[in-house]
Amino acid sequence: IFSFSFFFFLNNSFAPLVTIVGALQGNNSDIISTVEFNHTGELLATGDKGGRVVIFQREQESKNQIHRRGEYNVYSTFQSHEPEFDYLKSLEIEEKINKIRWLPQQNAAYFLLSTNDKTVKLWKVSERDKRPEGYNLKDEEGRLRDPATITTLRVPVLRPMDLMVEATPRRVFANAHTYHINSISVNSDYETYMSADDLRINLWNFEITNQSFNIVDIKPANMEELTEVITAAEFHPHHCNTFVYSSSKGTIRLCDMRASALCDRHTKFFEEPEDPSNRSFFSEIISSISDVKFSHSGRYIMTRDYLTVKVWDLNMENRPIETYQVHDYLRSKLCSLYENDCIFDKFECVWNGSDSVIMTGSYNNFFRMFDRNTKRDVTLEASRENSKPRAILKPRKVCVGGKRRKDEISVDSLDFSKKILHTAWHPSENIIAVAATNNLYIFQDKVN
Amino acid sequence: MLSKGLKRKREEEEEKETLAVDAWWLDPGHPAVAQAPPAVASSSLFDLSVIKLHHSLRQSEPDLRHLVLVVNTLRRIQASMAPTVALPSVPNPPPAPSMDDNLLASSDAALSASVASLLEDLSHIEDLNQAPQPPADEGPPGRPIGGAPPSLGALDLLGPATGCLLDDGLEGLFEDIDTSMYDSELWAPASEGFKPGPEDEPGKEEAPELDEAELDYLMDVLVGTQALERPPGPGR
Repeated sequence: IFSFSFFFFLNNSFAPLVTIVGALQGNNSDIISTVEFNHTGELLATGDKGGRVVIFQREQESKNQIHRRGEYNVYSTFQSHEPEFDYLKSLEIEEKINKIRWLPQQNAAYFLLSTNDKTVKLWKVSERDKRPEGYNLKDEEGRLRDPATITTLRVPVLRPMDLMVEATPRRVFANAHTYHINSISVNSDYETYMSADDLRINLWNFEITNQSFNIVDIKPANMEELTEVITAAEFHPHHCNTFVYSSSKGTIRLCDMRASALCDRHTKFFEEPEDPSNRSFFSEIISSISDVKFSHSGRYIMTRDYLTVKVWDLNMENRPIETYQVHDYLRSKLCSLYENDCIFDKFECVWNGSDSVIMTGSYNNFFRMFDRNTKRDVTLEASRENSKPRAILKPRKVCVGGKRRKDEISVDSLDFSKKILHTAWHPSENIIAVAATNNLYIFQDKVN
Repeated sequence: MLSKGLKRKREEEEEKETLAVDAWWLDPGHPAVAQAPPAVASSSLFDLSVIKLHHSLRQSEPDLRHLVLVVNTLRRIQASMAPTVALPSVPNPPPAPSMDDNLLASSDAALSASVASLLEDLSHIEDLNQAPQPPADEGPPGRPIGGAPPSLGALDLLGPATGCLLDDGLEGLFEDIDTSMYDSELWAPASEGFKPGPEDEPGKEEAPELDEAELDYLMDVLVGTQALERPPGPGR
């Protein structure tokens, strides 16, 4: 059993918070499609295939219930996107939430962006804990009074009420994407954000919904020449002029919006030369980058392709500085994974708050963590059977050879339908959220 | 856009470039090639990829990333299946290699053409979705989001599932045309019979033989000076 100092959790000293978003039977619309902590970690948002957003809030510390500190409870639930029908193309636009991104908090209300394939929406989530009472013209139920019965006047007063959290759509950014939106990213100026689809990236101002600037367009004049698509994009955490986008060919481009209005020409181009000994017909597919994330420091970017996670230094374009094998035992199974389309699965990756640990998901409800300093890694499982209250998560191991040890699982026994594509890490604490199909797990480091 | 049956000429430079860059499987000394699965496995991979491509294209809105990756993989597989003498490690050559090669060659060109046309159509169909008043930026930098002129290209090879006005070919368009004019006895001697056809194929169809007197008669009928009478027989 690994024992880590300092970072490693892998427990849940609170009952692991297993929340089923939607029906208990777990129909398709409950499948979680995105998970994101806000900037303080107080809130955790999930989006699902049915277009719903569920926000969890962390319990405040309380002297009475000290053991309950850190539990996340449902704070707000709302329907962000509805299925739409595009009459011109005669097809349905899915309501599945592809991404949620929080805005930094600037007043009492919370703001987040949520997007499906075509439309981005800005939602305001605010609390109401007082209501006015003592109207003159209405009675307490809201019915109009007969004016003849009103003999005195009074000033309505605000009285406390049960906390009500309401979500209202404040902006709808529509009709700017021909292709499917895969990423949204809030700029560090907090005034603009970008949305990226397969071929284009648009820049928006939060206040303006009927215009957006196209800043990247890789659509070839002749679609015959299309060989590459945009897979993810993100703004630099501090430099509001800088962003990166990744491609299906395993490349990352860094662009500077000061250089030109149209960032078709990159400032930096990150690509690792192909390893000739590993070359196969599937080389391109497994090199396709499914997620790209800046480190909190802004010095590094992390990319996820099918088999690895790579860390790149922004100052070195010709190869990553670190490569971590997520599930290399799948390399010999690529043909089967191509056949069942698993090879096209898009896994995300996340940094911890101090950029010292990175995490990503795998199959069989496994997820992996890599400590960049000690070079140790661990495989954990998000499942109800293994998540008893106060239990420490046990590291898992996949056996590739012949002899399988007692607690190991063989490659052929892996369940490829149980994939962990979406994970999130609290911005400052060792709390992680892991989405396993339609279940959400939240794990926390044991507090000694 | 190509219609059915036409092969696209492969650019020589393109071909050379492809071989230069991606020809590792032709190098018998290459470790991956030495352990390469036999050509038969490649052909099943090829079939699988074609099935995936078809399946992807049959979606109402194909996943572009999936499509592009499958197409690129398919091109790699196709290129590797091209006939070559430099590959000694194939233990069981595929049966009827010459026929396969011809099929491959023709399917390569046809596949490229169909994939190209489909991608082109995707872009046209997608562009049809542009809002009537696309958000345009006025003045400062950035490209305004505009719509491209919608036009559907011909879809070949992949069948009616992809749906196209011209699926049945040009002939289908003419089936609804009223051909009763051509069926009239006016035009043909009763003994000869007359094949009712939708279009006049110049040079192919036998023109009914009309002598000068008959022509005059017909002109009069058309002009209305003479009532319709029994058509004159031949050789009057």
